[in-house]
Amino acid sequence: MERMAIGTLSYDAAHLLGALVLALSFGLLSQRRLGPVINAYAMQAIVLAAAAAWQAHVQHAPELYLTAAVALGAKGVAMPLALHAIVRRLRIGKSVETALGIFPTMALGVALVALAVLVVLPTTTQSQTLARDDLSLALSVVLLGLLMMISRRTAITQVIGFLSLENGLILAAVSVNGMPLVVELSVAVLVLVGFVVFGVFFFRIRAEFDSLETDHLDRIGSGHR
Amino acid sequence: MTDLVLPWLGLVMLGLCGTAAMAAVSGDRAAGLGSLVACGAGALAALLHLLAGAPEARLAVPLGLAGRSGLLAIDGVSSLFLLLVMTIGVAASAASLDRHGPPSATAPAFPVFLAGMALTLLAGDGVTLVLGFEAMSLASFILVATDHREETVRKAALLYLGIAGLGAVCLVAALGLMGETGVGFDAIRAHPPRGVRAVAVLVLVLIGAGSKAGLAPLHVWLPPAHAAAPGHVSALMSGAMTKVALYVIVRVLFDLAGAGQPGWFGVPLIAMGLAGAVIGALRANMETDIKAVLACSTVENVGLIAIGLGLAFAARAADLPSLAGLALGAALLHAMGHGVFKGMLFLGAGSILHGAGSRLMERLGGLIRPMPYTACAMLLGAACLAGLPPSAGFAGEWLLFQSVLSGIRLGGLGVQIAICVLAGGMALATALAASAAVRLVGVALLGRPRTPRAAAATESGPPLRWAVILLGLLSLGMGLVPSLVLGLAEPALQHLSQGGMAQRAGLLTLSPHLDGPGYLPLGVALLLGFGVAVIAAVLRARAVAGHRTGPAWDCGFGAPPPWLPNGDPATQYAGGSFAQPLRRALGVALLDADETVVMPPPDDVAPARFAEHSVDPADRLLFAPAGRLRAVISGLADRMTFLTVRQSLAVLFAALVLFLVVVAVLEQA
Repeated sequence: MERMAIGTLSYDAAHLLGALVLALSFGLLSQRRLGPVINAYAMQAIVLAAAAAWQAHVQHAPELYLTAAVALGAKGVAMPLALHAIVRRLRIGKSVETALGIFPTMALGVALVALAVLVVLPTTTQSQTLARDDLSLALSVVLLGLLMMISRRTAITQVIGFLSLENGLILAAVSVNGMPLVVELSVAVLVLVGFVVFGVFFFRIRAEFDSLETDHLDRIGSGHR
Repeated sequence: MTDLVLPWLGLVMLGLCGTAAMAAVSGDRAAGLGSLVACGAGALAALLHLLAGAPEARLAVPLGLAGRSGLLAIDGVSSLFLLLVMTIGVAASAASLDRHGPPSATAPAFPVFLAGMALTLLAGDGVTLVLGFEAMSLASFILVATDHREETVRKAALLYLGIAGLGAVCLVAALGLMGETGVGFDAIRAHPPRGVRAVAVLVLVLIGAGSKAGLAPLHVWLPPAHAAAPGHVSALMSGAMTKVALYVIVRVLFDLAGAGQPGWFGVPLIAMGLAGAVIGALRANMETDIKAVLACSTVENVGLIAIGLGLAFAARAADLPSLAGLALGAALLHAMGHGVFKGMLFLGAGSILHGAGSRLMERLGGLIRPMPYTACAMLLGAACLAGLPPSAGFAGEWLLFQSVLSGIRLGGLGVQIAICVLAGGMALATALAASAAVRLVGVALLGRPRTPRAAAATESGPPLRWAVILLGLLSLGMGLVPSLVLGLAEPALQHLSQGGMAQRAGLLTLSPHLDGPGYLPLGVALLLGFGVAVIAAVLRARAVAGHRTGPAWDCGFGAPPPWLPNGDPATQYAGGSFAQPLRRALGVALLDADETVVMPPPDDVAPARFAEHSVDPADRLLFAPAGRLRAVISGLADRMTFLTVRQSLAVLFAALVLFLVVVAVLEQA
């Protein structure tokens, strides 16, 4: 394996791709409309696939190509198409209701990235530089995905937040040497299952309440008080 | 022989556990007899160990965490307290043989209680100590709940259990902070906690063991629990268990935390002690249940002992070994004396409860005639309670006062003023205790029986009588020759403070300073005896022969019915009326006391009703706000149940972010 250090092509490219994933997370947060949100997610998945492929090349780990292919095929193409189809079928493409304003969300996001860097960099002084940087990027992506889940009202954007969170996990997985493929595959399958379940849920919620706002769900519980 | 003492004591504890098993099968008598024999053997071993100069010994036992052996250890401190616990154990077991009525299901807990106390005193590592302490807590909770069919008993037992739980949480944390789990005390002594960690240990031990000892403000469980427990159990709880808790404080703060701790560590002990002494003594004047009176006086005496301990800690840190030895010696002497005489008083109270059918002062009176043994014991105990020379109570309190007054050497003007305030507070507390003792004897034992049941009182059976006589003789001996107790405590004093009392406690005298004047208990006793004899002789010589009974002042009540020619006994001064001046003078400020008189309307013939009400300041300032806080927290937790999906996620997210922030901050530090 060629040595990765600051200034070498392998390091810079990996770092750039990781940073792009993070930037696209901010892109997700900043979009109001559902269509662009799905597109931003697709782009993030494609960049993630590129990052995985680059790691496969650098680490001479051919199994990471498979990870890249899964990321590209399932998350970059199949899921966005399916999500677009759902949006079309439910005719909800007009607007996304944000619970928090865009600006406070972005400010919170920046704070979370700072927090992730502060947490990861001192704990991992023994690891390689790239692993440390990538871990902080990945943790940022995870936190931003969580932020997306709580800052949006509709179920579909919450699902996209969840999927973007999972992207962060994969980013962390590929940047560490020798991560077994089994883990990634199982994560991908898990997400797929979750996706299907959520898809079923969308239609159930829609059929029940004529809206995708999850807050409606709580009124079921409140009936039992 | 010294190698044998720990195996011997281990066998004693095993014997107590075996007794518990036996008692589960065959009932109260087995528990009493087995405990009597085991405690006798234990007291003998502790006494011999102390007489041999208290050589230290260790013994690994299969007890405690899996994969590790527990450690038993004995030295002068544990041996001294063990002697006290086992002696009171002998008396309490004997007294339990006199128990009448239906067999109680809680009898097996009695030997377990004794074994738990012994294990706490003999623990050589933190885990063993916690095991013993908690066995003691749980067994005593079970014993308090003996008469669980009464609502008040259940409430008292639950309050006790709650405070014991709080204590357990704090004690486990304190011992965890001292060192790695399962490390023996030797390793902790080699690397005692420092700085913030030591402060945390101090706070946790004061809550953990202080709550059991009855240090203010965690003393609120004592009066109800002691009143609820059977007599021999409250004798053991008040005489022995509070001292075991004080032993834990001494062991952790004086021994394990090392001599390098700052002197202000003694200040919280002194402050808690003073608060407990004043509040306990004042409440002892207000309670109308004789066992609650005794329990409040226990709070007072534990407070006085804690003052001595705190002063000894400060003096040791200020490098005044002679003062430290004096204060610690005074605290230990008073702890031993109080253990014995309070055990005796509680046994007497149990005897009154059984013989006269009530614990309430309003239902007693005139017991000195039908219950001479019990009354003698109560008189002797009340003399100790009041600190009359030459009783055991006087010796300890006198030495405590001497050490406090010598404490002016500790610092500059500020410290000296604080010492003066302290001495004044202690004087107030002991004076109040004297008043409580007078009230106890005067109302319960003297006068005329207030109820037919009290008039038909009977003396207790021989076992209880012998138990009381044993403790009474011990208490007399400790009062007349306190140096013997200090001699037994000498190894402990040397171990804890480097400055013993050996040169200052002769066989007959007791002096606070090497070349100063001292207290000659036997001389005082002779002088007092001579004075009393002269007065008695003069009175006898000048008295008119024979005696007559006349009506007593009855506060202006209406004429008594014809079958009560000497007035209605119910119009005698009772506990509540005796307490009224103090209640109005001090109770309003300290206990928030108020009195209400409800007068009937002018044309109504119903009697006017008088009601008085007082609240312990710890209840008002600590436990009531804690209860409100608990309600607020549980209300918040209740609202968590009804959060929306997004709010639940937000709570999780906030928790995660908080965790990461804490990690980040800790890393920067």
